[in-house]
Amino acid sequence: MKSKKKLRLSKGTMAFPYFAVSVLFVIVPLVLILVYAFTDASGNFTFENFARLGAASSWKSIIRSFLIAFFTTVICLLLSYPTALALTKIKASKRMIILMIFIMPMWINSLLRIYAVQLFYADTLGMEKGFVLTLIGMVYDFFPFMLLPIYTILADMDKMVLEASADLGAKPAETFFKVRLPLSMPGIVSGALMVFMPAMSSFAVSDILGYDGGSATFLDGKLFGNVIYYYFERGNYNSGSALALLLLVLILFSTFLSNVLTKGKTARKGGTIA
Amino acid sequence: MKKVFKAFFEKFRREKAERPLSETANTQPSVEIHPLKKSERIIEVQGLTKVFDGVTVIDNMNLAIKKGEFVTLLGPSGCGKTTLLRIIAGFETPTEGQVFLENVNVTDVPPYRRPVNTVFQRYALFPHLNVFKNIAYGLKIKKIDKKVIAEKVNAALKMVDLEGYGHRDVSSLSGGQQQRVAIARALVCEPKVLLLDEPLGALDLKMRKDMQEELMAMHKRLGITFLYVTHDQEEALTMSDTVVVINDGVIQQIGTPKKIYDEPANAFVADFIGESNIISGVMLKDFCVRFLGQDFECVDKGFAKNEKVDLVIRPEDIKVYPEGDEKGQLVGKVLSSIFKGTFYQMEILANEYQFTVQSTKESKEGDTVSIGVKPDGIHIMKKLRSTNTFYGKVTGEDTVEFCGTEFTFNNVDGIEAGTDVEISVDFDAVSLNDDETDGDLGGNVSQTLYKGKYYQVQVYTDTDEDFFTDTVDDWDINDRIGIKIDHSKIVVKRLENEE
Repeated sequence: MKSKKKLRLSKGTMAFPYFAVSVLFVIVPLVLILVYAFTDASGNFTFENFARLGAASSWKSIIRSFLIAFFTTVICLLLSYPTALALTKIKASKRMIILMIFIMPMWINSLLRIYAVQLFYADTLGMEKGFVLTLIGMVYDFFPFMLLPIYTILADMDKMVLEASADLGAKPAETFFKVRLPLSMPGIVSGALMVFMPAMSSFAVSDILGYDGGSATFLDGKLFGNVIYYYFERGNYNSGSALALLLLVLILFSTFLSNVLTKGKTARKGGTIA
Repeated sequence: MKKVFKAFFEKFRREKAERPLSETANTQPSVEIHPLKKSERIIEVQGLTKVFDGVTVIDNMNLAIKKGEFVTLLGPSGCGKTTLLRIIAGFETPTEGQVFLENVNVTDVPPYRRPVNTVFQRYALFPHLNVFKNIAYGLKIKKIDKKVIAEKVNAALKMVDLEGYGHRDVSSLSGGQQQRVAIARALVCEPKVLLLDEPLGALDLKMRKDMQEELMAMHKRLGITFLYVTHDQEEALTMSDTVVVINDGVIQQIGTPKKIYDEPANAFVADFIGESNIISGVMLKDFCVRFLGQDFECVDKGFAKNEKVDLVIRPEDIKVYPEGDEKGQLVGKVLSSIFKGTFYQMEILANEYQFTVQSTKESKEGDTVSIGVKPDGIHIMKKLRSTNTFYGKVTGEDTVEFCGTEFTFNNVDGIEAGTDVEISVDFDAVSLNDDETDGDLGGNVSQTLYKGKYYQVQVYTDTDEDFFTDTVDDWDINDRIGIKIDHSKIVVKRLENEE
């Protein structure tokens, strides 16, 4: 008994550094955002900052952010699923090499990757900066986050279950829609969240690849993340915090929604992000 | 010693999946296909061969299965029985040969168009569907009316004793219940043949026994042909109408459980099915065999005079008498005696052979006893092989190459260099060395079989060949050893021209 108690104590001690870091860099900033969001420039309590959310420009940027995140997610999914499926059919020895080629960009700083996209598409191919280029940059940036969870779930899938489906008379297409796709839902959901959430709050990609001159179409306008950045850059921490808080709530809500939607329909296998 | 061998053999069986081997590697199957009329054949395979990555898992197999029978494919793991089942189900394409279902060639028909259904080893239920939807899956695919589906599924649930479980999540069921769902799911499609791939492997002993009985009852009631794969010889003997014993991708014997047990076709079958004493002997004449230095009366005939044979004596067929009793034929010493509930299992050493004996009368350890066998207790089997055969090429005036090594030989026929030849090496021309460098070539021990006074050892070479030899020593499975061949005993023959 004595030794057990000692062990527990040491485990608690081990967790202390992580605890300290998370207090410093997660809890404290969150509290600060909360405080700033509900105070004005002189530190008095107010709801004033949220009044700005009612402005048309704020709503438009939220809708834009949502649209670009949505398109990024859908395109990533459409690219990843067939890729992941093809990967599982390759011989195991070659598979790791090819998987590495897909994952390797993740090892490079994302800012560098975005500048590379700019260099190639805008500077070399002469593409206009704007919505389309931002979308390309986002898909390029987030593709591995969709590929990995889907690949994992497809690679771990029990082949016997697919054989059982064929055995019971299902043609390959029927087996895909009735067995393979439903069983890969956890991977799809987890991949979608990992792409959708950072895409929704992204500002670096659109800052570099977004529209940078005069008047533009609706889609080319600023994203929500850029609006928040705009406020912080000008020292308006109160308004920026209010918008950041709203973004946080929106993301939490979408996570909750996707968990509810897939509950009971997913297999136990495969990771979810939450 | 025999115990040690058994342990090795068990280990070997488990490890065998990597590459199939046996002492019967190149022999023709001793198949006794009961002559089936065409209309009686529900499944038939012809000249079936399956090679995975250069390893032959099924070797030129021919088999016909009778409509309505409960047929078991029995063999150690890695023997090719599951592959055979998967080829029949359509999950694997044979490298060579044809598969017929009801005399229709289905070799190239995909699994979803074959009139068979499978019960998988680990159930393979759909985890995202409940019990009802799992069972209804096959019927839904066939676009059957919903009402009819509900009726059939409920009937199937009733059949497997799972009424009221339809709405349950499959993961909430016990192993036995999941297996019953898997059986119901397959049977509800009314297949012509139900294929079962070690379906009871994951269940505990009591559940297995119950499920065995249920399966037998189901088979009787439905009249569907069951093709059942197992490595459990007791299960096979209990449940089947016909047992097909497979080893190393080759059918060893086909017969009723009783025939397989009483009249094993060869030493492998005798050893695999039940406890047995396998001894080498010489057939002196009809009804008379000589082994362990003594002549015995037996009931077998039709062997050549002085033909070397293997013989099997079941432990329960050996009678134990007090010392000096005239009914006994051999004098032995009891090495051990263990009470097994209804009988005593004894190890008795007689004429240097360690017999396993089962008797209701106890003899104490250390006792000297007299043991005897009635003529019908001795079953004579043809020896599978006593020579190693290889194919190679003559490389010089008196050199021949086979198994990746060059040997000198006595070229009496004056075979010219470059000729393809068949090489035979008798068992007694082969000796084994602890040190690989002491031999002509290296190999790994893959199987040893105790034959009384000596072991038959099988060695697997790097060039994918098998060497057999009889030695007095027991060798450890997987040991790296050297194979030495007495060059003067190498017999080289020209290959017959096929033109």
